Amino acid sequence: MLPSAFVNLFRMRPDKSSGRLAVLGAGFVVIFSLIGGRIALLASAPQDAEPDTPRAATAAAAAFRPDIVDRNGELLATSIPSYSVFAEPRNILDKDEATELLTAVLPDLNASELRAKLNTKKGFVWVKRFITPREKAEVFHLGIPGVAFWPEHRRVYPNGVEAAHVLGATNLDGVGIAGIEKYIDAQGVGALASAGLGSTAEDLKPIQLSIDLRVQHILRDKLAWGLDHFKAKAAAGLVYDVTTGEVIALASLPDFDPNKPADALDPDHINRINVGVYEMGSTFKALTTAMALDSGKYGINSTFSTAGGVLRWGRQVIHEFHGTGRSLTIPEVFLHSSNIGSARMALGVGVEGHKAFLKKLGQLDRLRTELPESAAPIVPARWGEINTMTIAFGHGLAVAPLQAVEAVGALVNGGRLITPTFLRRTQDEALANAPQVIKPQTSEALRYVMRLNAVSGSARKAAVPGYFVGGKTGTAEKVINGRYVHNRLFTTFMAIAPADKPRYLFLTIMDEPKGLPETFGNAQAAWNSGDITGKVIEAVAPILLEPRFDPPANPFPTMAKLHAWGIDRQQTQ
Amino acid sequence: MPSRTERSLFSDWWWTVDRLSLAGVFVLMIAGLVFLMGGGPPVAERLNLPPFHFVHRQMFWLSVAAIVLLATSFLSPRHIRRTALVIYVVFMALVIYALLFGVEVKGSRRWVILAGQNLQPSEFVKPAFVILAAWAFSEGTRRPEMPGTLFGVLLLPLTVIPLVLQPDIGQTMLLCVVWAGLFYLAGLHMFWVFGLGGAGVGGIVLAYFFFPHVTQRVNRFFDKGGSGGDTFQVDTAVESFVSGSWLGKGPGEGTIKRILPDSHTDFLFAVTGEEFGAIVCLALVALFAFIVFRSLWLARRNEDPFCRFAAAGLAILFGVQASINMSVNLHLIPPKGMTLPFISYGGSSLLSLALGVGFLISVTRRRPKAEIDARFSSPLREAAA
Repeated sequence: MLPSAFVNLFRMRPDKSSGRLAVLGAGFVVIFSLIGGRIALLASAPQDAEPDTPRAATAAAAAFRPDIVDRNGELLATSIPSYSVFAEPRNILDKDEATELLTAVLPDLNASELRAKLNTKKGFVWVKRFITPREKAEVFHLGIPGVAFWPEHRRVYPNGVEAAHVLGATNLDGVGIAGIEKYIDAQGVGALASAGLGSTAEDLKPIQLSIDLRVQHILRDKLAWGLDHFKAKAAAGLVYDVTTGEVIALASLPDFDPNKPADALDPDHINRINVGVYEMGSTFKALTTAMALDSGKYGINSTFSTAGGVLRWGRQVIHEFHGTGRSLTIPEVFLHSSNIGSARMALGVGVEGHKAFLKKLGQLDRLRTELPESAAPIVPARWGEINTMTIAFGHGLAVAPLQAVEAVGALVNGGRLITPTFLRRTQDEALANAPQVIKPQTSEALRYVMRLNAVSGSARKAAVPGYFVGGKTGTAEKVINGRYVHNRLFTTFMAIAPADKPRYLFLTIMDEPKGLPETFGNAQAAWNSGDITGKVIEAVAPILLEPRFDPPANPFPTMAKLHAWGIDRQQTQ
Repeated sequence: MPSRTERSLFSDWWWTVDRLSLAGVFVLMIAGLVFLMGGGPPVAERLNLPPFHFVHRQMFWLSVAAIVLLATSFLSPRHIRRTALVIYVVFMALVIYALLFGVEVKGSRRWVILAGQNLQPSEFVKPAFVILAAWAFSEGTRRPEMPGTLFGVLLLPLTVIPLVLQPDIGQTMLLCVVWAGLFYLAGLHMFWVFGLGGAGVGGIVLAYFFFPHVTQRVNRFFDKGGSGGDTFQVDTAVESFVSGSWLGKGPGEGTIKRILPDSHTDFLFAVTGEEFGAIVCLALVALFAFIVFRSLWLARRNEDPFCRFAAAGLAILFGVQASINMSVNLHLIPPKGMTLPFISYGGSSLLSLALGVGFLISVTRRRPKAEIDARFSSPLREAAA
């Protein structure tokens, strides 16, 4: 016999079915309550916001940007109303069909990318930004549910690459990402627009730049020729009004088309005038000369020994490039671009005096303009006498070219240090905040030596007749892996016109120009940067300046009174 | 309305049948038609059919279903058992035929073409299976010398093995649940209840770890809105309920239904949620609950073991099927192909449900106690004594 407990395991107990029915009923109570509870939960869930339309606020802010015009009112940047196609993937029934139809009408769309986008569960995806009216009509006639248009404003730069670095760029959503465009956003235009003010393009006053589109075009054109001709890695140029600090033209090659904003971010496309910092080479001798004269320790005819063509200082040796081997007056030092002479001048003033002078001229601090792009100068951490000696002829201190231009502008305009600007401004506005950094007499001396250099020195290639040009070359060896390399040069050229009463300063810089047969293999500044600057002045000066057919009478009265070296060399130009 | 004094087939039926359950089922049918007017047209448009194609066909099937339902409810328990046996044999044969010669649709062989109609024979097997199981278990209690219980136990593998082979895991699960409920009701010892329950849970856990597609499906279920491609219907369904909120967008105003592929069948509940709102959905749940509880209560009141088990089994079948469908719609459980009784579109499903509910109405009819005692020596009370 099996134990009864075991038998019981197999006995069915129908008498229990009443109670067990109740248990089953309880089970259903639980199930239906869960279902009911879930329904209530979903019903009280917050409603999904309608298709996340593209961030209404930023869209409004980005929709309207002021036009940008040049100093003559020529349009540089504007916004035109346009449409973008967007899709709501969850409202599209047949995604493959939609993809097919859309790519048929907008053939530049990538079909597989579009299909992937439409197969997401998002409420909103862009199909194509900024379509033409014709494309809009075609998409409209496809009649795909869930595909619609969003009105937008497209930023357009009608001049393409011209002044690209000044204008900067805007992204697809109409937000400034570089240059003046970014500056505009920082001025609160976006904030105003999103607050409901200035909500139409007409309400926004155009931003007037200091740029002259004609000069800009010529400058870029000549630089492009130079870049190609001298096989340089890069070239940049500037036309600058020394009386107001306005930048009349700025070009930096290679450049980009702001209509393709992605290109603006290429590191090779930086604004070399504002963001590059370079050892300016002999152009810095202008500063040294001004410092020496302004210190009162030296007069225009003071002499400096360059005997032997070599200056030894501790373990350092300073060579002359255009060596003379004799004692030179200040104009001669400038004319022959004597490293030893410049070093001796700076030593005469002393390390502290040198530092203070450069600081006063803004060479040791970061220069900030309207353009958000800027760079701090590279100043030696320990500044001893050897540093002063090398900086005197333009090595050992790297500054932004615009910074050097600001200083040289002050040296020739009578001694007022004016902060450069990219916006239109009057001379009164400029001088309101412009400290006197050197004596007017020193300024005249600088103009004199620069003019002299154009008459019988290294700046002759830029001496365009009729405009009384003065100038200074600069050639620096590039530092590669911590050493100066002889055949990798960075050349600069600065010219002023007219030298008796300067209005414009022209700058050209070139990165690694090559020697050519017609330059007899030379790659120094005079041969390339100087040549280009001459071509720029030749084309630009007739636009900006009245030519003079007779030389000015007594252009440098103080120099004449002092019988400065070479005063009789003034020629009729 | 026939007089109580007048004895006719119809008046007998009218006064013994549970009119409340019947009314509930007819309300369901009408409601289903109304909901289908929302969920049907988008699918019809997609298939280039007239917008109300599904509504018209559903109306036709509903009238057939109503006739089947009423006709079945006239049957006596004895006829019910015979009918169920015939149906079971015929449709199991068709299930096996479909398995061997049927057309493969979406990876499973479930459909046969009969008289120009697509037919899913497994749908018809369900009510017949419940009746047969109830019959077997009740015989087991009535005459312990007969191997009724053993038949009842064997009936499960006999039925579900072809279904697993199709494969149709949803129907298999549904039948297992109903069968387990019946076995439990028939007085299975608690030792086995926990034993089988434990085995069931263990089986699911093992399936999760050893069958990659089960693992995948469960993982996908818990991966809300993730990259899985299969959650689209369910996610969209949930979105429907949220977008419908309490009062719904209004009949025909739903938009999410347009991207729900099965908006006329398995996901009609979600469409209802979007167009009619949570309140109507809750009312629908309440209606299903009412029919289930009413049937369970009637089953409890019934002293005939066969009728009690059959009524309870059919109520479980009905209630679990509805619960599974609604739970899938609400993303409470992983997707299963299961229609919402009398609401979802589909001829096979409707006729099978009509058959089941017809059986249910029939077995819950009031009958003279003498008639029961004549057959049974009141085993339900005897055992308790």
